[in-house]
Amino acid sequence: MNVKLIVDVSRSLLLARWKQTLVAAIGVTFGITMFITLLSFMSGLNDMLDGLILNRTPHIRLYNEIQASEQQPVDLYPAYKKHHNFVRSIKPKDELLQIHNSAPIIDALKKDSRVFGVAPKITAQVFYNVGSIDLTGVINGIDVEEENRLFFFSTYVTSGNYIDLKNTPNSIVLGKGAAEKMMAAIGDIIQVTTSKGERFQLKVVGYFQSGISEIDKVQSYANLNTAQKLLGESTGYITDIQVKLNDILQAPNMAKEYHDKFNIEAIDIQTANSQFETGSSVRTLISYAVGVTLLIVAGFGIYNILNMMIYEKMDSIAILKATGFSGSDVNKIFITIALSIGIFGGALGLLFGFGLSALIDQIPFNTASLPTVKTYPINYNPRFYMIGGIFSLVTTYMAGYFPSRKASKIDPVVIIRGK
Amino acid sequence: MSDIILEAKKITKYFHDPLTVQVLKEISFSINRSEFVSVIGKSGCGKSTLLYILSTMDTDYEGELFIDGMAMRNRKEAELAKVRNEKIGFVFQFHYLLNEFSVLKNVMLPGLKLGKYSEKEVEHRAMEKLKILGIDNEALKNPNQLSGGQKQRVAIARALINDPLIIMGDEPTGNLDKKNSEIVFNIFQELASEYHQSLLIVTHDNEFAAKTKRIIEMEDGNIIRM
Ligand SMILES: Nc1ncnc2c1ncn2[C@@H]1O[C@H](COP(=O)(O)OP(=O)(O)OP(=O)(O)O)[C@@H](O)[C@H]1O
Ligand SMILES: [Mg+2]
Repeated sequence: MNVKLIVDVSRSLLLARWKQTLVAAIGVTFGITMFITLLSFMSGLNDMLDGLILNRTPHIRLYNEIQASEQQPVDLYPAYKKHHNFVRSIKPKDELLQIHNSAPIIDALKKDSRVFGVAPKITAQVFYNVGSIDLTGVINGIDVEEENRLFFFSTYVTSGNYIDLKNTPNSIVLGKGAAEKMMAAIGDIIQVTTSKGERFQLKVVGYFQSGISEIDKVQSYANLNTAQKLLGESTGYITDIQVKLNDILQAPNMAKEYHDKFNIEAIDIQTANSQFETGSSVRTLISYAVGVTLLIVAGFGIYNILNMMIYEKMDSIAILKATGFSGSDVNKIFITIALSIGIFGGALGLLFGFGLSALIDQIPFNTASLPTVKTYPINYNPRFYMIGGIFSLVTTYMAGYFPSRKASKIDPVVIIRGK
Repeated sequence: MSDIILEAKKITKYFHDPLTVQVLKEISFSINRSEFVSVIGKSGCGKSTLLYILSTMDTDYEGELFIDGMAMRNRKEAELAKVRNEKIGFVFQFHYLLNEFSVLKNVMLPGLKLGKYSEKEVEHRAMEKLKILGIDNEALKNPNQLSGGQKQRVAIARALINDPLIIMGDEPTGNLDKKNSEIVFNIFQELASEYHQSLLIVTHDNEFAAKTKRIIEMEDGNIIRM
């Protein structure tokens, strides 16, 4: 049976009741629009929240942990090999936090093609001195430029210029919360006490605001040299190596690999933030569920309208059959009608969905905890559009399937006799 | 080549709702090429029921039906649809035109479905049929812009489009006034005599029946005259 005739008949049936057709198409359009907008918006928010942690977290962190010596001298003595030894005279060594041979490790990492970038880091426990009170704090010694390239350091420096941290000796970028407590303005000199009891004076060149206020009350940043000076260590001293990969999903495997290769602790982002991963996948799931529900509701709309249409077109169907159209022709005609509604409504829905997301993207969104975000975040992932498009076709097909089958089964004799 | 185009052998039909009633009782007869036959009988004697079976639309019967020498029993729905499309033109009491299409398109649809001719040719043939029936001026109108008599003539043109073996009509003039009935009858007469078209027409109009070559009279599911 030729396709042109099917399409021709379908189009005539559709256009004969174009208002009804329009209502059905609008149902699909609305569903798809909402699906796209909702998913773009929710996954934009999701990405933003993920970014809060993920942008600043290395995919793999290499570090040393203070651990008890695995073997005490008594264990090494052959005479006591088979005894239960409880003499533990060797305590953890002071310099254990240091990564030995950090320079060759960093070189090796930089040569690895899977690695996007490497940034060394030093964490130093300090007290911020405010009058007679000491506040606990952590100063991160960083390679300012690498830190910025890999972890967007500059976007979190809300006041002052981040590069001053590199260029000004003995400078510090204070956490916003810490700065408020210390009432330290940019350009002020503050005093810190190191864990070894030494006092240092540092110049405030900026404020750091991560969006997580607990962190901002404690953490500050200095450059590597300043941090090494604070700790009284030489220039080779590094406590962490932060690695950013090209593919985040490889992190767990590569962490294991590095652990064995460099004989060092290595933790991947998935392990370090497992609760975070769960939260973000649940949020994604919820947005998909809501989107799919919208489409199914739209599908029921189409189902109803096609059903109604079939009741109205009973006579026409009977006539088509009496004059030689088979049940499967009638079936094809109604499926074509359903799919046309789906294609037309779906395409419009994708367009409107894009428009609406773009609109939301323009709405200002300012919050103290998210200094980098100025408007509501939108994720324009082409995947949403693909899913939306495919789903609109699938739902309209399903919505058309049963009414079409019913139409194909209509017995012309019953209709013609019924008159 | 036999001249018999339609043959019914012991066709029996029951309705089961609400009670089992036998509506047709072993009906047997045949129709030859270019015969003009009318079927008459009291209301409720089973004329329409017989016609629906003969036109292959009703498949729930006992007995044998041959159209153009082919047995119609146990054929698939799609095959029967093809037989209706190719070999049978049906004219109903109510005109049953599709209001979604123009008059011309209504006539063309069964021809397009047959797919024997190109769309251009089908259109040309449809215009010719409309001309035979004297309504070629109304071709581009919508069916609901026509009078009852005109609509019935469009339905006849549609029945003719594929040059069917036989045209069947269930009271095609039943809904028309005297004058229009006559016009329609004359058309049938002309089709029979000039185009050698076979016709099987159910009617209540005895005047109409008297003018046909052959009358089949039914009573209570039996044929009492043929
Ligand atoms: N669907 C049905 N279910 C049960 N009985 C039916 C059904 N259709 C028709 N009948 C019965 O079958 C008998 C024959 O009906 P049919 O329509 O063939 O009569 P008819 O000869 O065409 O009458 P008329 O001249 O009034 O059109 C009637 O007694 C009718 O009541
Ligand atoms: Mg009848």
